[in-house]
This record gives sequence, C-alpha cells and structure tokens, in this order.
Amino acid sequence: MVTLTAPETSTDTNVETTLPAVSTDSFSVDLAGSPVRDLNQELHNAIDGQAWTVTSPGGKHSLAVGINADVTVTVEGHAGSYAAGMHQKGDVTINGNAGVGLAENIMSGTVHVKGDASQSAAATGHGGLVVIDGNAGARCGISMKGVDIVVGGNIGHMSAFMAQAGRLVVCGDAGEALGDSIYEARIYVKGTVASLGADCIEKPMKAEHLAELGELLAAAGRTDNPSDFKRYGSARNLYHFHVDNSTSY
Amino acid sequence: MCGIAALQLRNPLLHPQMGSLLSSMMCQIVDRGPDSAGLAVYNTPGLVSEGTSTLSLLGKEQGLPVAEIQLAIAGMLPSDAEAAVRVVGDTTLVSAAVGTDLLVKVVSETLPAATIIGRGEHVAVMKSVGHPMDIAAEHGLEAMAGSQGLSHTRMATESAVTAGGSHPFSVADDLCLVHNGSFSNHATIRRGLLREGVVFDSENDTEVGARYVASRLQQGDTLEEALVNLGKVFDGFYTLVVTTADSMAVVRDPIACKPAIIVETDDYVAMASEYRALAALPGIENARIFEPEPGKVYTWSL
Repeated sequence: MVTLTAPETSTDTNVETTLPAVSTDSFSVDLAGSPVRDLNQELHNAIDGQAWTVTSPGGKHSLAVGINADVTVTVEGHAGSYAAGMHQKGDVTINGNAGVGLAENIMSGTVHVKGDASQSAAATGHGGLVVIDGNAGARCGISMKGVDIVVGGNIGHMSAFMAQAGRLVVCGDAGEALGDSIYEARIYVKGTVASLGADCIEKPMKAEHLAELGELLAAAGRTDNPSDFKRYGSARNLYHFHVDNSTSY
Repeated sequence: MCGIAALQLRNPLLHPQMGSLLSSMMCQIVDRGPDSAGLAVYNTPGLVSEGTSTLSLLGKEQGLPVAEIQLAIAGMLPSDAEAAVRVVGDTTLVSAAVGTDLLVKVVSETLPAATIIGRGEHVAVMKSVGHPMDIAAEHGLEAMAGSQGLSHTRMATESAVTAGGSHPFSVADDLCLVHNGSFSNHATIRRGLLREGVVFDSENDTEVGARYVASRLQQGDTLEEALVNLGKVFDGFYTLVVTTADSMAVVRDPIACKPAIIVETDDYVAMASEYRALAALPGIENARIFEPEPGKVYTWSL
C-alpha cells in the first residue's frame, strides 16, 4: 500500500516585501566557449531590465528558451531548432535565421528573427508576438492559441493548421492548405495563397480588421498597407463532427 | 531521424580541404544518428584514380589475405590492368584499369561473400557500425582531398543496424544516395524491381530508392527526372541527397517533415540536416542559405 502525502507547504513567515529588482546591466555570452545549458540557466536567473547578447550561436539548438524575466536577448547569428521556446517575458532578437520550432509555445513577450525561420514557427503559441522578417517554412503557426505572428516573406504549406486563436500576418505568399481545420484565428495575407485548407475561407476586410492589421504591422516595424491584404478564417462548418463532413477532415 | 551532410566543391583550391570540411559538418549531425554511418568521397587521391575502376567492399576482412585477393584478381584480368587491393579503415578497395562490370564479375567470383558498397571511377564508399566520428577517423576522412563528399549518420528504423544497412547506397557507377526518413511502400517497389532483374544487397528501404534511381538513369532519365519520378512512385518521408561523378541533387518529399538546409557560394554547395553542420564552412557569414522547398528537385553540377 502506498501512502500519499501532501507536498511540503512553506513554513517561511519571513515573506519578502520589497519590489523585484530591476537592472540596466548588459551581459555577453560567447557560445563558442560555453554550453547552451549555462546560457539558459543564466537567462533563467536574470532579472528585469538586463540586456544579454549571445555571440557565436553556430546554429545551436534551444537557445534562450524559457525566459521568464523582462530582459532583452540579442543572438548575433543563426540559431538552431527551438530557439526562444516557451517564451514568457522579454524580447528576443535573432540577427540571423532560426531553425525548426522557433518560439514554440510562446506565452507572451516578443521574438524577432531578422532572417528566415524553418518550419513550425510559433507552433502552439498562446500569446506574445513573433516577427519573422524573411520567410517561414511549413506549418507556421500550427495550432496557434493566441500568439500574433507577422512574416515579412512567404510561409510554407499547412500553416495555421488547427489554429485556434491569434493573428497570422503574411506579407508575401502562403503555401498549400493554409488554415486547414482552423478555429477562431485570423489570417491576413498580402500575396497569393496556393490553396486554402479544409474549412478555411476568405472573409471580408472590415474596418476593425484593417485597424488590427495596421497595429500588428506597426508592432512588427513594417510599412505595408493593410488594405493590400486579404483576410482568411474559419467557415465554422467543421467545428462539430457531422457525418456528412467525414471526408472533409 | 538520420543526419546528412553533403559538400560539392566548385573551387578546386578547396579540394585539399574536402575531408576536413566534411568532417566538421559530420560531427554536428552525429546526434541525429549515432548508431552507424557512411561516407562517399569523390576524386580522392589515394582511393580512386582516373582511368581506373574502383570497387568499395564492406569490411576490412574479406576472408583472404589482401595479397592473395590481389593475386587472384590480377590473374583473371589482362596483365596491364594493374589490379590493386587496399584496406582503408573498415573498407576494402579493389581497383583495376578495366571496366567496372568486369571488375565486379571478377571480385564476385574471387570473393563470393563480399558486399560491394561502391563502384565507379570517381567514388569510394565507406560505411560501418559505431560512432560516426570513429568511423570517419578510422577511414582517415580528415586528411582526404576530393571534389565532393557525402556523409550520413543513421538512426535505423526500417531495417537492422548493420554496416550493410548504413548509407550511402551506391548501386551504379559513381552514384550514391543517402536518405533521412523512411519509405512506406518500398516492399512493393522492391518486388517490381526484382521482376525487372534488379538484385538487392539488403532489406533496407533506402536501397530500394537507390536501385530505383539507378534503374531510371539507366533508362535514360536525367538525375532530375529520376528524382521527379521517384516522387511519383515512392510514398513516405524523405530528404534525399544523390551524388554522381560530377553532380549533386537534393529533394524532399512534399510533406517535408525531414529537415534540410542548403548553402550556396561561388566556392561550394553544401547541404545538411541542420544549419549547425554548415556553421563552420568558409564564408558562411555572407553565403546564400535556404531551405529546399518541398517536392522540388535541386541539382548542381561541377
């Protein structure tokens, strides 16, 4: 027989009443000489206001993941897979390309890639803003749940698949099966769409959409004209299973 | 998951560095396939030479002493064929100034149990089981010169972890193919090729891809056409790199689950599963780096 005990509750009565510390310090980490694990640990220990610069990233994986302080992190070069994953707070800028799964499961804060991003960028993101100045690969914003994504170039196939909430802005073209099985996310595309996925349709651009798109473009530092975009979203026919739709999924 | 790193050197001044560059790429893809590995190198002095056919045989032990193999093969070839047998790492190389078909026939008669893993005038193929960088070191990759190099680190899914199941698969003169992914209908295609008289060395799905490409090339396809046709016939996940005596091709399946990244400069074209394998290449800072689009065949010729 196993006895389950409750986790220990804190008996510390000496509760801190001071405000969290804020710093204006700058730090630099050269990944040619130190492991990614150390970088991430230091970023987890960081306090609000700090500025971190990461040099010689060399395409290493899992750079700057799980940041939970209002810091700025600048990666000088190309990042590998899962950069800035689980991002909670602060701003991460990658002065290069990013690999698979950029800003996966981002909760808030911003992640900005100056180059291209590989597939599954901002996958399952709940909030925050992901800006990709170049192109994004396949499955951009797959299962997005509230994140805003602005892509300066093109996006690959199956982007915004099962997107539930948030906005995806594409200043270039979109690949095949855009927004397949989409829920309530909104997609704005300036260029062409190779094909729309199941239950994704073009929708009218109303004043509210032009306004929110304008805000998103401005937040991404872009000068595109919102009226050049088309809006896509869910036809809401596949929300609930209906046998007549069985071949549409 | 498997790792691929491939390099085509356009600038002959870089040829002496082929092995060290490929080695620097390969060590970054070990995590993707640590159980076995393989290499194909083109125009590497000491391994192959112009006007001579070279066969790469799996394993350093062929059941007979090297001198005896050489004597037996020389005895079956014209006296000016200059047959030579060398052991490089875990690979036995047999070369002679005759056509590859004749050399294959003679080697098969002399060493009926041998597995020929590479053939041609320009390519040497080496593969083994173990840590990929140990395999590379055992074969002396670091010091090799050459015009092209192809490396693969394997995480086996469709067939056992054996040296014979390692990539590259080289089944026609100077043709090599490596694969990240898995073909799901390889058994069906294998049966079709068997009916055409194609002979297989392994149970591996990728070998079917290599035999298919070789068969299409033999029927007159260009490399690009052969890979377009492969896309119509094969089902599954794949990022493939195919090399010939003077060209390299990359193709991903239309779903594109398997990663690939390419860098192109005036001096070289390189492809890898992950960018980190390209990070140490010369001039990478200003190079054109891109992901190959799904379903599109890319080819480069020297």
